[in-house]
Amino acid sequence: MKTALVTGGSRGIGKAIAQKLAETSNVAVGYSNSKEQAVEVVNSIQASGGNAIAVQIDVTDNQSVEKCFELVEKELSSVEILVNNAGITKDNIFPRLKQDDWDSVIDTNLTGSFRVSQRAIKGMMKNKWGRIVFISSVAGISGNTGQSNYAASKAGMIGLAKTISKELGSRNITSNVIAPGYIDTDMTSFLNDEQKEDIIGQLSIKRVGKPEDIANMVSFLCSDESEYITGQVFPVDGGLTT
Amino acid sequence: MEVNEVFEKVKNLFVDELGIDAEKVTMEAKLEEDLDIDSLGIVEVVMAFEDEFEIEIDDEELTDVGTVGQAVNLLHSKL
Repeated sequence: MKTALVTGGSRGIGKAIAQKLAETSNVAVGYSNSKEQAVEVVNSIQASGGNAIAVQIDVTDNQSVEKCFELVEKELSSVEILVNNAGITKDNIFPRLKQDDWDSVIDTNLTGSFRVSQRAIKGMMKNKWGRIVFISSVAGISGNTGQSNYAASKAGMIGLAKTISKELGSRNITSNVIAPGYIDTDMTSFLNDEQKEDIIGQLSIKRVGKPEDIANMVSFLCSDESEYITGQVFPVDGGLTT
Repeated sequence: MEVNEVFEKVKNLFVDELGIDAEKVTMEAKLEEDLDIDSLGIVEVVMAFEDEFEIEIDDEELTDVGTVGQAVNLLHSKL
């Protein structure tokens, strides 16, 4: 069985990804602060017959990243599947956006993906097999009002993923991006009913997305069946960006 | 460590990491032409060197390395 690491795996989209990947892989559920929730995810996976561990990883800290990989390598095996899912938002309209909020969102979402991917690549190059999936956002493709920092970080992930795909394709390592639209998670829970209706009105599929909609796509991109697909961006958004 | 010991370790890394035939790995062998190692392959070898010998190699130091012997001498000078 292969080993997958999902950063930000304790909640929302990451939780659904961890649970889905656990059907076919060992899963390391990465968390930064929500240890209890990560342990709950691990318990739910084990209850379904899967194999998982919870592991702390602060993607803004190289030492924490190193510690996480050493633990996963000891408890499971070298990371063969990486899902860069950890992300934060600090929204503000651009003229009022503080540089601290710019910096922290870029450091977590974009530079965090760089740190974790670079560490994971070591083992993937050795194994001559790897799958990296970046959880970006439709905001990274289209922009989004109030989210210049978030959109820039998510667009940056696309450039990173595409370059990794070119550099490492010869080693059977694929690198792809999923761009979720509006998905029902804590990150979108601030929307009121009226805003939700507005959003649904823009979609072809008349509902807000579920974390499982993203997890299903991740699962395919991490499988052997997807070996000829790399460097691509897949919106999973109910038709928002058509 | 003697130069020939470094060479043996280097040879093992080439064979184990890159699957190159042991008899092809001589001090004179050119990395790209004789051993058919691409630029990513050189990176893999460098990363393996760094782990094996617990050293750090700057990218600038690699610009003059074109043969196995030059790689061995660079590593020997760092130990």
